[in-house]
Amino acid sequence: MAEQTSRVQFTKEMKKDYTIITPNMAPIHFELIKNVLQSFGYKIELLRTTGREIVDEGLKYVHNDTCYPALLSIGQMMHALHSGKYDLHKVALVMTQTGGGCRASNYIHLLRKALKRDGLEFIPVISINISGLESNPGFKITLPLLRRAIAALTYGDLLMLLKNQTKPYEVTAGESDALVEEWLKKLTRLFEQGKAFSQREVREYFDQIARSFAGIQLEQKEKLKVGIVGEIYVKYSPLANNGLENFLFEQGCEVMVPGILGFMIFKVDNRLEDIALYGGSAAKKRVCTLLKWYFTKYETDLIESVKKYPQFTAPASYERLKELAGEVIGHGCKMGEGWLLTAEMMELVESGYENVVCTQPFGCLPNHIVGKGMIRKVREVLPQANIVPIDYDASATKVNQENRIKLMLAVAQERHTGKDVDGVSPA
Amino acid sequence: MRIGLDVGSTTLKCVVYDDKGELAFKAYERHYSQIAEKAAQMLAAAKEQCAGMEQAALCVSGSAGMGLAEDLKIPFVQEVYATRTAVRHYVPKADVVIELGGEDAKILFLSGAMEVRMNGSCAGGTGAFIDQMSTLLNITPEELNRLSGESERTYSIASRCGVFAKSDIQALLNQGAQKKDISASILTAVVNQTVAGLAQGREISGNVVYLGGPLTFLPQLREAFDRILKVEGACPENSLYFVAMGAALSQEVAQFELSEIMEKIRHYSSKKQYRGSEALFSSQEEYREFERRHQQDSVPTNAPLLPGGKAFVGIDAGSTTVKAVAMNEEEEIIFSRYLPNSGNPVPLVRDFLAELYSKFPEIHVVSSASTGYGEEIVKNAFGLDLGVVETIAHFTAAKKFEPEVDFIIDIGGQDIKCFKIKNETIDNIFLNEACSSGCGSFLQTFAGALGYEMGEFARLGLFAGNPVDLGSRCTVFMNSSVKQAQKDGASIENISAGLSMSVVKNALYKVIRLTDAKTLGNHIVVQGGTFLNDAVLRAFEKEIGHPVTRPSVAGLMGAYGAALYAKERAAWEKSKMIDAQGLASFSHQVKAVTCNGCENHCRLTVNTFTNGARYIAGNRCEKPLQKGKTQVHYNLYDYKKQLLDAYRPCEGPRGRIGIPMGLNMFELYPFWYRFFTALGFGVFHSPESDRKLYFKGQHTIPSDTVCYPAKLMHGHIEELLSEKPDAIFYPCMSYNFDENLGDNHYNCPVVAYYPEVLDANVAALAETKFIYDYVGIHRPKDFPKKMCGILAKYFSGITEKEVKAAAKAAYEEYSAHMERIRQKGKEYLALAKEKDLPVIILSGRPYHLDSEVNHGIDKLICECGAVVVSEDSVSDLVERFPTGVLNQWTYHARLYAAAKYVAQSGDPRLNLVQLVSFGCGVDAITGDEVRSILEREGRIYTQIKIDEITNLGAVRIRLRSLFAALNLGAEKV
Repeated sequence: MAEQTSRVQFTKEMKKDYTIITPNMAPIHFELIKNVLQSFGYKIELLRTTGREIVDEGLKYVHNDTCYPALLSIGQMMHALHSGKYDLHKVALVMTQTGGGCRASNYIHLLRKALKRDGLEFIPVISINISGLESNPGFKITLPLLRRAIAALTYGDLLMLLKNQTKPYEVTAGESDALVEEWLKKLTRLFEQGKAFSQREVREYFDQIARSFAGIQLEQKEKLKVGIVGEIYVKYSPLANNGLENFLFEQGCEVMVPGILGFMIFKVDNRLEDIALYGGSAAKKRVCTLLKWYFTKYETDLIESVKKYPQFTAPASYERLKELAGEVIGHGCKMGEGWLLTAEMMELVESGYENVVCTQPFGCLPNHIVGKGMIRKVREVLPQANIVPIDYDASATKVNQENRIKLMLAVAQERHTGKDVDGVSPA
Repeated sequence: MRIGLDVGSTTLKCVVYDDKGELAFKAYERHYSQIAEKAAQMLAAAKEQCAGMEQAALCVSGSAGMGLAEDLKIPFVQEVYATRTAVRHYVPKADVVIELGGEDAKILFLSGAMEVRMNGSCAGGTGAFIDQMSTLLNITPEELNRLSGESERTYSIASRCGVFAKSDIQALLNQGAQKKDISASILTAVVNQTVAGLAQGREISGNVVYLGGPLTFLPQLREAFDRILKVEGACPENSLYFVAMGAALSQEVAQFELSEIMEKIRHYSSKKQYRGSEALFSSQEEYREFERRHQQDSVPTNAPLLPGGKAFVGIDAGSTTVKAVAMNEEEEIIFSRYLPNSGNPVPLVRDFLAELYSKFPEIHVVSSASTGYGEEIVKNAFGLDLGVVETIAHFTAAKKFEPEVDFIIDIGGQDIKCFKIKNETIDNIFLNEACSSGCGSFLQTFAGALGYEMGEFARLGLFAGNPVDLGSRCTVFMNSSVKQAQKDGASIENISAGLSMSVVKNALYKVIRLTDAKTLGNHIVVQGGTFLNDAVLRAFEKEIGHPVTRPSVAGLMGAYGAALYAKERAAWEKSKMIDAQGLASFSHQVKAVTCNGCENHCRLTVNTFTNGARYIAGNRCEKPLQKGKTQVHYNLYDYKKQLLDAYRPCEGPRGRIGIPMGLNMFELYPFWYRFFTALGFGVFHSPESDRKLYFKGQHTIPSDTVCYPAKLMHGHIEELLSEKPDAIFYPCMSYNFDENLGDNHYNCPVVAYYPEVLDANVAALAETKFIYDYVGIHRPKDFPKKMCGILAKYFSGITEKEVKAAAKAAYEEYSAHMERIRQKGKEYLALAKEKDLPVIILSGRPYHLDSEVNHGIDKLICECGAVVVSEDSVSDLVERFPTGVLNQWTYHARLYAAAKYVAQSGDPRLNLVQLVSFGCGVDAITGDEVRSILEREGRIYTQIKIDEITNLGAVRIRLRSLFAALNLGAEKV
């Protein structure tokens, strides 16, 4: 039992005039989530800070052997608190808590420890979780909020997916990014009006979004297709992965990053899987089945909207991913990204993104199993897979990371042209 | 004409092919990070030699060449590819290429499915590693090679990380092991590292080609590869130049006007800016003022011997240096020596004493003491009166300069020691466990690599205008940070200053884990040879924001402290230390033997001295020292092992099931043993872990950063397979038993899912029935039905009724097993109380019972005179209580409970030592929490980080310091 008694709660009064500082992870998604929360009357500040200072703050306040995502998120928040921009008695912090067997469930406690070290323990820290771990009277994850958040995440997935597929080929440079911006603004406006959340509306806007991206004029050129999988934070956060997406763009690649919705379905489905493997309550099973069904509807809509445009590669459904994973790893493997990470590698390879960067914080425990641990078996099933695992932490250097990615790209290039760098065709 | 330029991490290579495709020029040189300059020079030399070369096709390769090529728009090929191009050209029949470079290690599999492997972020097992190790032995890599050829035996040395290897080697040196044997051991370690890190399950066979500097220059290294891989590899002509040749031969080359591109390279400086920080000194005046202030803290070092000739001797045989001091009754130093320890401290001490006696014939040594890594051997060899643990020696000396001292930080060659002082006693100790990046050898290694002597190198940085901000990080990683800074145009001065700062930052933020300089103390004494560098001292003062005391004899403090200690404790008139006469006939012999006292078969080094004294090192227990008469030990770890041994291998009509004895099986074996025997299976487990077992499985480990206990599982599986059982049982388990101590009852991800990794990576498992399904023993009601379903997949005819009965028996067996442990724990606690013995709750996880994992630390504690109990034997003695972290792992909930038990007890005899496996991510969280539970009640927290290391030297110091601080056990004074 975590120290409930001494925890500073986020009260209803605080909701009125406290600024809630949020660390960043996936820039597009978090922007949308921020807007959803604002539409519920919260004052949210999404941090966009970058740079070495954040790492340094993290190193100072978090045990250096703790995973890099914790170090960065906490570093980013401590950096914000020290910036002088905020009235420290009018701010709250927020942290997600998954409640799994991975140490990520403890980030929030590490953040509290960091605050305490600085004498700032009066700052409330809000846990965002769907496991019933911690609650706050002034911050309730209500059903409408959850529904909207899921919608927002799915919008994020769709925008990221389409942008990644148009940007490398766009005739007018910057068009895809501009379109993302435009949609962010538009969706924000709609959210403020309480719109774009219902299933019907969501489906409609998904179609509109897909249509608008299909309207971008594209050049016909062959690019290397690279997928990014990994620990969720390092996978999405440019701060953590040293701008991996951009680096790959610069190297002339098209990049595919699987979305967040799959991870959400995965977390719900885990409970069902647990019940199937070990037994459990029927009531819990019903609730989770319903929730999974609900999430899956969004996924289905997203896939259908994308599929209307044959130039786009639509992501595979969660069920397909699960089926793929089943060939190499058990569905009971659920900590961290669990079997989903392995499945994402396989799905990417299967859908033409044969080159995969598997990102992980240095020493990430689940990734020993589902990332590095599974590469050999994935190759057995899909010999064309060209996977490079890359570790990220405060002391890993970009030179080494990029050198290894370049090696992976050289292999990719060779396979792509059917000729190797020596001009020799493979026997 | 085609030119290939290979800019490696430490060297520059260039080749030129003429139009006939003949090699017309080649050059190889260390670039000392002046990449642009040296490259331009090299090209100029090439141009001169190859007459008429005005235009040429050029291509760059190598990790440090990436930026240069990119900015100057010269084609670049990744070095692995360049290697392959050249190999195809020159050794078309090659199957596998092994290339070791300065900081890289690569394996290319050419035949079959082509694969390339490169070392990850760890630089263990590369040229840099060999360089570092030869520096440690005070020989050149070539000498290391020669010596290795004469070796008679090898020791096991941790190869994963240079830092660990260093501590292993240091221990061997101090024990008197021979350099030739250590040399061979180093090369073997390199091979093991390459195989473990890069082969990842793929067999290395066929035509093997060796490339790169280390394999070219060190034939013994090639020999070691041949021997371990059972192949006959070849090192082709020009093996140093393959990357450069490959670059030249690659299709990527582009034509350049040679003089033009040379000019561009010469004037190239990276556009990228490195991150800088404030200069150490802004002016000469500032520096002079700083010097003046520190000159105040001095003690005479050339004092005369006072009438009567009374003197006291202190010797500190440290990891890289031997310090020796003789002082007079006024505690003034009359004679001292600071000598680099290139291995064996004995001859150095002998010379010191000889000099002392000849300089002061009338000397009357009253008392003497030794300290440091070599404390024992020096004490034995020369008959010193006392031995003192390092921490106490340093504290004694620091008090002399600053009576109010409340914090001491000592940065030596390889260790950092920090202690807080409260009420005149050592209150808290920080030692660097697994990291030497904040130490002197760190600076020294970099200085050496850049072609400087350390003091000179550090001085370069004093007035550097914009020191590189290198942050705090591991030595191995620092190599690439420095590389990056060099790439970004940092000057040698700014790198030097940056490294001095990073030494300090590592010490403060990695070892002490400081957040606020104020908490460090008001009266800080800094010492150790590293602080004699003004740059480091200044960086330290700047970082913590106020002045500190640096004694003039900062480098001698251990020895001076030992002398003071000797004086303090002298209840006698004359020292037993060897006199001038005895010294004249002193000799020392070393013999290596294998102890057959128990199944450990420790390799011992036996040192025999003229006076008949013997000193044995390399032992894990005191058996070889005491010849049979062992004292009674109360060690719950032994008891737990006995309990497990009672489950004897057996046969059964349904077949034989093998269980790997590792990770959670150390606790669940009784459960599964009973379960399967009840069902009519025979059950046996894999043998106890040792190095040999580890090596058997190391080639299938996919992640080299996973914890050692997990890595050992690969060996256990190999052992089981060789027994050809009907099935191997090792289930996946997200959840563990709920002991109602925490919020949840998970296993950590590695314990939970390691069977998946084994299945995916140990190809041989496909030939046997490997049962690794997901099992939930935490739900006893559902378990029989679920388990019955699982078993039905592998065996026919097992009914649910049978499984139910077997499950009942298994749960009962498990409860009884745990109860026995708890009972024994209570018994030992009562006994300790009765006999007034100190108790250490040695807390880890079930698998820390493995002696290959705990390295006999339990025994070591017993030898210090304490009773050892385990965390699981006391965790039931406390009520569930709130923790500052999410308490969600069964094993870790026990840690918190054990800490709480100690904290609540109010009994100073009771203390906790936490064992932490290197790479255990969970312990980053638990360690801090256990510490805070203890410290809230004013108790000392001691953490011991363990990996593949076999060196217990640092652990011993740590434990002795703990006992000394507590005034308990053998250190009672």
